[in-house]
Amino acid sequence: AGDGRGPVPGDGTDPPAPERVLFPPTFSVSEIKNKQRRHFMFLRWKQQQRKEKLALKKKRRKEREALGDKAPPKAIPKTIENQRVYDETTVDPNDEEVAFDEATDEFAPYFNRQTVPKILITTSDRPRGRTVRFCEQLATVIPNSHVYYRRGLALKRIIPQCIARDFTDLIVINEDRKIPNGLVLSHLPDGPTAHFRMSSVRLRKEIKRKGKEPTEHVPEVILNNFTTRLGHSIGRMFAALFPHDPQFIGRQVATFHNQRDYIFFRFHRYIFKSEKKVGIQELGPRFTLKLRSLQKGTFDSKFGEYEWIHKRREMDTSRRKFHL
Amino acid sequence: TKTQNFCRNEYNLTGLCNRSSCPLANSQYATVREEKGRCYLYMKAIERAAFPRRLWERVLLSKNYEKALEEIDENLIYWPRFIRHKCKQRFTKITQYLIRIRKLTLKRQRKLVPLRRKIERRENRREVRAAPTPLTPKSPLPALAYGKKSPFSFQYGDIYNFPIHAFDKALQQQEAESESESDAEREEDEDEDDEDKREFVEAEDSELSDFEDMDKLETSSEEEEEEEAEKKASHSKSKGKTPLKGPARRKRPYIEIEYEEETEPSTKTKAA
Repeated sequence: AGDGRGPVPGDGTDPPAPERVLFPPTFSVSEIKNKQRRHFMFLRWKQQQRKEKLALKKKRRKEREALGDKAPPKAIPKTIENQRVYDETTVDPNDEEVAFDEATDEFAPYFNRQTVPKILITTSDRPRGRTVRFCEQLATVIPNSHVYYRRGLALKRIIPQCIARDFTDLIVINEDRKIPNGLVLSHLPDGPTAHFRMSSVRLRKEIKRKGKEPTEHVPEVILNNFTTRLGHSIGRMFAALFPHDPQFIGRQVATFHNQRDYIFFRFHRYIFKSEKKVGIQELGPRFTLKLRSLQKGTFDSKFGEYEWIHKRREMDTSRRKFHL
Repeated sequence: TKTQNFCRNEYNLTGLCNRSSCPLANSQYATVREEKGRCYLYMKAIERAAFPRRLWERVLLSKNYEKALEEIDENLIYWPRFIRHKCKQRFTKITQYLIRIRKLTLKRQRKLVPLRRKIERRENRREVRAAPTPLTPKSPLPALAYGKKSPFSFQYGDIYNFPIHAFDKALQQQEAESESESDAEREEDEDEDDEDKREFVEAEDSELSDFEDMDKLETSSEEEEEEEAEKKASHSKSKGKTPLKGPARRKRPYIEIEYEEETEPSTKTKAA
């Protein structure tokens, strides 16, 4: 049995290169009881694997070059986005039913440019440092928005007042232990309410290489990767926060990028350095959202009609299934 | 507590463990307790000491505060003053807290939803995995590149995909309109902006140029190229669906005055 193991460390000299060591087929590194020896064997095995892999790659690349034009196309690596379970509610761009729905839903007046968004940002009771600052920064990012302190008012009472004062949207930032962790976005005249879990909130001073503050120009809005029906309606909710006519002079852009059910919000300013080169500068806060529930009417947790709730047991079972 | 003991017996009147307020030690005892919002007067008499089941006699007190006090007095007539007094005190306290409960339930209740640690951890990891990091190959400033793990690096591809065409259009239109002096102003503007943003722009430049040259670089791994191409493809595909990108982009309205306003802040002391 000792012969099968090859040279042993502690002999002083480095053992010879791994190619010369032949392991009998039944040998496995994990069977060695001695930890030091086992570790050493494992490292050697790893090196060998790496070498083999590199050799394989080189060989493949040589073959590719040799074949030239006739080379078979490169294999596409599998990513989770590739392998995503096909969702039947994916929106087809030519779908008439969806188009009709969108023309008649609660955001239609916004998209027909009949209403100008006016947003009320508030927090849960007694907001602490980060949340307050985050609210202020959010207010600079979203044009035509106002921040008001909560002071213990019930949401159900606030909503009719907001409607009376012509607000179109309400954002409530929920706080836990001095950091914001939830967002409730409610479209006011009787519109859908979405509840998100917010994470990775970075204030402006925490963003590296940031630019100056965002100006008052209306930013452009990019909504990425909202494919399903649900994603579509959420995307429209976000779009409805910003005025419909972006001012390109401001060169600012707000992006909501959906990836694997996480919505990343970023705010940038871009500049064209030449025709094909753009420099961007990140300004403004950044955060990520994950949708928890979508309600049909305005915020009402007990009697509201839920359009979608995230049910952990059912929806988190597959790693490749996403809902937005 | 340091000075007094609390009595654990549920029929205790004052809550402290003394000889005078122990329901077990005294053969004649009374308490006020409430059940489901209604108050009862419990009395213990010495004649019933042999029958533990019938030991405590229960009397329902009326909902009216004053009437209930009178009822206590009636029932505990000829009882020692101490017990009567304490019973009334206890009854008062109980009614007060019942009133407070009723008031609170009308106001908004704060529901505490517990965070499940495992789930929080899982969701955080998923978020990190969902945000693609820039796989920068052999950039000249590796420290900077690693520090800048912005999940929005794919955004670069995004941005210089779409505005080019609009920029071209706008450029053509503007060139048709404007004269040399406006061009000079614009250059000035861009120079100043560049100055301000020069620090970061260089690094980003290298990244951008890395991405651009990635097809040419042999050392770059094949997978990265695939992913980049894929992402770009998926982005351009999904962009078609977003409602805001559909309508035609307008040319940049060019007015001299507005450009001047823009340059003003950048000429101030550099903050970034």
